[in-house]
Amino acid sequence: MSAEMMLTFYRRLYPFKSIFQWLNHSPTPDSFFVRREIAFNLPGDVIIRYNSFNDHDEFKRQTCKLNPTRFEIGPVYTARPRDRKTARPGTFNPTHRELVFDIDMTDYDPIRTCCSDADICKRCWAFIAAAVRVLDTGLREQFGYVHLLWVYSGRRGIHLWISDKEAMGLTDDQRKAIVGWLTVVPKDESKRLNVRAFGSRALPASLQAALDHLAVVFTDLILEDQDCFGSTDGYEALLKLIPDARVAEALREHWASSSSSSETKWKDFKTQIKTYPKGSTARAILTEAMEDIILQYTYPRLDENVSKKRNHLLKAPFCVHPKTGRVCVPVDPEKIEEFDPEKVPTVSQLLGELDSGGDGDEHHSDWERTSLKPYVDMLDRHNAAIMGEVRNEKREAGDLSW
Amino acid sequence: MFKIEARDDPKSQVQLHELEYPHRLNFYDKPPLYDVSIEEFETSALDRLRILAEIESSRVRNRSWEETKKVTGDQCDKYLQLKSTLAVGVDRDAQRRKDHLGHFVLRLAFCRSEELRRRFVQAEMTLFKVRYETDASTEREAFLRSRDFNWVAVEQAEKEKYREQLISYQSKGDTPFENDKYYKVRWTRVPDLVDKRKVFLHGGWAYVPSRDQSSIVYDEFQARLEKAMIITSRYMPRLDEDMRIGGILDNLSQGFLAGVSGEWSASPADMNGDAIKAEMVDELANKHFPMCMRNSHQKLRMDHRLNHFGRLQYGLFLKVLGVSVEESIVFWRKSFDRINDDTFNKMYKYNIRHSYGLEGKRANYPAKNCQQILTSGGDPGCPYRHFSPENLQSALLSTYAPLGLTSNDLPELMKTVKDGHYHVACTRVFEITHGSSGVKKGEGVGGGESVTHPNQYAKRSMDLQKEAEEKVAQMMITS
Ligand SMILES: [Zn+2]
Repeated sequence: MSAEMMLTFYRRLYPFKSIFQWLNHSPTPDSFFVRREIAFNLPGDVIIRYNSFNDHDEFKRQTCKLNPTRFEIGPVYTARPRDRKTARPGTFNPTHRELVFDIDMTDYDPIRTCCSDADICKRCWAFIAAAVRVLDTGLREQFGYVHLLWVYSGRRGIHLWISDKEAMGLTDDQRKAIVGWLTVVPKDESKRLNVRAFGSRALPASLQAALDHLAVVFTDLILEDQDCFGSTDGYEALLKLIPDARVAEALREHWASSSSSSETKWKDFKTQIKTYPKGSTARAILTEAMEDIILQYTYPRLDENVSKKRNHLLKAPFCVHPKTGRVCVPVDPEKIEEFDPEKVPTVSQLLGELDSGGDGDEHHSDWERTSLKPYVDMLDRHNAAIMGEVRNEKREAGDLSW
Repeated sequence: MFKIEARDDPKSQVQLHELEYPHRLNFYDKPPLYDVSIEEFETSALDRLRILAEIESSRVRNRSWEETKKVTGDQCDKYLQLKSTLAVGVDRDAQRRKDHLGHFVLRLAFCRSEELRRRFVQAEMTLFKVRYETDASTEREAFLRSRDFNWVAVEQAEKEKYREQLISYQSKGDTPFENDKYYKVRWTRVPDLVDKRKVFLHGGWAYVPSRDQSSIVYDEFQARLEKAMIITSRYMPRLDEDMRIGGILDNLSQGFLAGVSGEWSASPADMNGDAIKAEMVDELANKHFPMCMRNSHQKLRMDHRLNHFGRLQYGLFLKVLGVSVEESIVFWRKSFDRINDDTFNKMYKYNIRHSYGLEGKRANYPAKNCQQILTSGGDPGCPYRHFSPENLQSALLSTYAPLGLTSNDLPELMKTVKDGHYHVACTRVFEITHGSSGVKKGEGVGGGESVTHPNQYAKRSMDLQKEAEEKVAQMMITS
């Protein structure tokens, strides 16, 4: 990406006004925007922190002036970040921030077989899709949040920004708690997960709900598509998670003698379980292990550090990924399985669209004439919902005060 | 305070006294709005600080909850008793008033930085939990009824509706579902239960079973205290203008660094006891001195001199240890063997006599405590704080290897030092080097207490040896 391309992108395509409204929660500049930190990333790993702006015009002017490779969004502080030096020591603190989550494909490296490292294909996107389903449903049903914005990270992951009033005001402890609630897969892959209440056979309700969806994902993705237990390393990892030495040994012997698909191996495992009579403890233990293995291979893996602290910076939606040139566009969670990262518009494609259509003059909202439009529209609809709720609240507060 | 006399009821010939503080537990909503003397102000805070400092060191030392509870309870018995409402023969209001006042004084001392606020809130939370758990259940219920915790009891119909989900969060041994009561609160009020996936969540509401009700109470306590601390910090600049209070508050806020030591000054009894002769100091140092005093002693032996602060610190330590003024003069005279008598008499003798209160204003100067040593410039200072990590490690090994410390102990010690918990490292060294006297990890210098004073360290070490010797003597007699 040349600097010139980036500058044109900021001048003609970046939806500053929509981003402003999204951060601000209302059409006229409020504390959520004017006390909000924006950090600019310049070439050479230079980061300029604690910028803040009065309105979206100033935001745009400064962005065009610095022409960053990307920029990140931080918290709302007790004072304007740019005035932080005039604040009394200890009184400049973060107060609000969207609840954010980051799911990155690298956390799936131990299990995916199609790609590794920075690569991502349509096939491994299925891991992300499964994670989005579980998190989106869970955060809405369990936590009652409604203003969720999913944003493609430009390469191999996805971000989630939650703008509900309660979510904005969460303390770091509360954010840490929600991460704890959503963390299921142990850091050490070879350890079985430990999610059941002490002495209980049942999965906690939140995970039982996820399991119903993930069991299907497990068959399609882990067994069929990725064939995770096809290789020796693959099935050895599985055997480590089986808490019955006799069964594990029998399977190992069987699988070492001839190669077979993951589907067949999973069937073998089920057959082994059935060698124990119904209602026996051994069978119950293995059935639990089966559920745990499904969760271990498919449950969302979060980059927890992103979520735990209010003052963590996260790349703004609609920025351009410096390596891929793709724009970090919003994603509809309802259609997450259909999303193809390779079809996301790149900055050069968009600039091409600008040149071919239109009169060549510059306009503020040139994105309307490009394939960026449906994505900006998506954000605007999201903003309308946030602002609608804020308006109602203000009206209600007004009613009370009269 | 007023009295109620109920004449009709024959049982109440006894007069019922209405307490000013009806509950043992306190959320500290109201500041103390009465006159207090500066002594009360300081003592109530110091006594509370002793408890909080021990709580903090329990945390650093990874004590189990049961151990922490025990140690905290012991400290409270010593410094801040808080008896049940039913207790007889004690002035419950006076105890609760001291509790109330001390809490608010420490708020002033600890509101001044985010770090101090965090540590204070954490320690106060633990103290509250200990008291909550040890409160009589009827009194605890009375306290819970006395304020609105804003929880909604879950109706039977709703409980049935979520039966399966609620049961999935039950552990073995919990109250059977049928007999259990549930309370609904926003999930944000029970983050610890959410973190551990211990409650049913629906639409942002946490369905908290009665066994976990305390989580709501603790969270409320913490949230209120955090808020109050920030508000207090905004008003502080005005209070700082009162110099006396400012000085006390400064001292208090340093109490977390090193714990609160008792005052160690020599009493005549100590001096008459097992008199310590000048020539015994070498052996005592090897066996019983903490790192700081070992360091001073070694320096003195190697360089045949010691800087001014070193002489003061080490001299007062020896005085309180039980070295008489005469022996002290002998000791220093022998140590400074490169100067002549005249110089010694002129330059040092006066100062030694002065430190024993025999010259000048004749004060009984106490020995320096850990807090003073830690916050001194560092020469000689506290080795745990002022030595480089490399020097500290080799010094620890060369000093304490004969007493049982090995290089296997270093990683744990260095980690503690790195995190700034110097007195905890020193306490741990005490435990390691007194393992042969039966001191176990976590016991500290007795009853789980941490080192807060070099004389406390040395005295405990000497006492342990004495106990051991007495035991041996006992055996010889009986056998
Ligand atoms: Zn792939």
